[in-house]
Amino acid sequence: MSKTRQVVVIGGGPAGIAAASAAAESGARVTMIDEGPAPGGQIWRPAVHSHPPLAAQRWIVRLNATQADVLRSTSVVDIERRNDRFVVVAESSGNGREVVADAIVLATGARERFLPFPGWTLPNVVGVGGAQALAKNGVSFRGKRIVIAGSGPLLLPVAAYLARGGAKVLAVAEQAPLANVARFAASLWRRPRTLAQAIGLRSAFARTRFSTGTWVAGARGDSTVKEVTLTDGRSTRTLACDVLCAAFGLVPNTELARLLACDVVGGAVRTDDAQMTTIAAVYCCGEPTGIGGVDLALVEGEIAGFAAAGVGPSEHLAARRAVHRREAASLERAFALRPELLSLAGAETIVCRCEDVRWGAIDQRWSARQAKLYTRLGMGACQGRVCGAALECLLGWPADSVRVPTQPARSRTLIGVSLANHQPNEQGAS
Amino acid sequence: MSDAIEIVVNAKVLRVEPGVTVASALLNNDHHVFRRSTTGEVRAPVCGMGICYECRVTINDVAHQRACMVTVEHGMRVDTGSAA
Repeated sequence: MSKTRQVVVIGGGPAGIAAASAAAESGARVTMIDEGPAPGGQIWRPAVHSHPPLAAQRWIVRLNATQADVLRSTSVVDIERRNDRFVVVAESSGNGREVVADAIVLATGARERFLPFPGWTLPNVVGVGGAQALAKNGVSFRGKRIVIAGSGPLLLPVAAYLARGGAKVLAVAEQAPLANVARFAASLWRRPRTLAQAIGLRSAFARTRFSTGTWVAGARGDSTVKEVTLTDGRSTRTLACDVLCAAFGLVPNTELARLLACDVVGGAVRTDDAQMTTIAAVYCCGEPTGIGGVDLALVEGEIAGFAAAGVGPSEHLAARRAVHRREAASLERAFALRPELLSLAGAETIVCRCEDVRWGAIDQRWSARQAKLYTRLGMGACQGRVCGAALECLLGWPADSVRVPTQPARSRTLIGVSLANHQPNEQGAS
Repeated sequence: MSDAIEIVVNAKVLRVEPGVTVASALLNNDHHVFRRSTTGEVRAPVCGMGICYECRVTINDVAHQRACMVTVEHGMRVDTGSAA
């Protein structure tokens, strides 16, 4: 079998870039499929008319030096098995195409966790990373009064980014208690570079009030959000604002892993030392294996890329992975969600934004499947990506099964693959 | 905006900065009605990264396109506010 191994890397963030580079350098034929207009993912997304951050450039240069084929602005809508190989069905601007793979590397990243609260469906209530993504893609927040209320290490960098862009950041509210945030901040002395970044960020919006143990109770407005109420559980304060950024940490994107029947434990894809999932020839790296940040994603990506190309493990990479995983665990403990966040929604609050299913319409004794059947919850365009992650917190409902297409797709894309599957088996049945 | 390009939003010409997403072009022009929800609520971008589908609009007659994932092009037709 001298045939070159065909590796498809899904996702073009740090993990995907590292995996594609490592696999291509090891002699595999690599196709990277990415939804973005250029590799970099969310964290390395360049602002319009500018370049990716310096940290990203070294990796993008490394990727570009390989023969890896990069499909940009392309979404994977299905992965089928055909004999011993995989057929990845993708769509770009309504046009479908298929890529055959011997091995798949899932580097699908993470999304923000949104929790329902009164007013969260108003225009200009956006994510925290969401606000930054919008700004980088050209939205001007200059002069806008912004409140940021959520959780996790993203709040301060985004506040600083928006402030530098001319926004008036009125308040940053972190739901985690001060003790947790302080313990996390104290742990940063081990990482001087991160600490310096944190201090630099704080000075960018020195007059903004940063509160811990504080969370959003509700938002009001008419055509857009007009005011937000924050609480610390004892008292509340209401701020007039133009934009509310509200998101509570990150959730791994595991849809494609679940579609392939990979084991997912506690919301994260289970992998072995070589980053292989419980399904042979399917590898996973970066945030889908558990939220760990860019450094962990890069190391896992390299390990997965080498393994997918058939190259043995490196002790050096494994050691670095262990260090970054310990850091990720401490981050998760520091920003654990407080129980009050799980009871913000009132009976009239919409939980499923695609199908407008209200909290009061959901019987908590139901299973996720029952809720789907009775109310259409989770059956809209986002396919439960928003409400599914929320209800996992609110009711402990595990993610429901994944069906194709994993994203809205045109029928001719799907017909293309189903026709191909019904063609006579050109390689002979096994 | 001397290098502005033109897109057509709900049959009205809008001059926008090139290189930005459709979502940015709309928001920067105080256009907040991207779609109507099943019960008629106005919805606009939330996640900014193609996950939530709240920003979907019709672009050049293709329905359900995520405005946050598509870059504006001269002459592009964008229709918003439809029930989806």
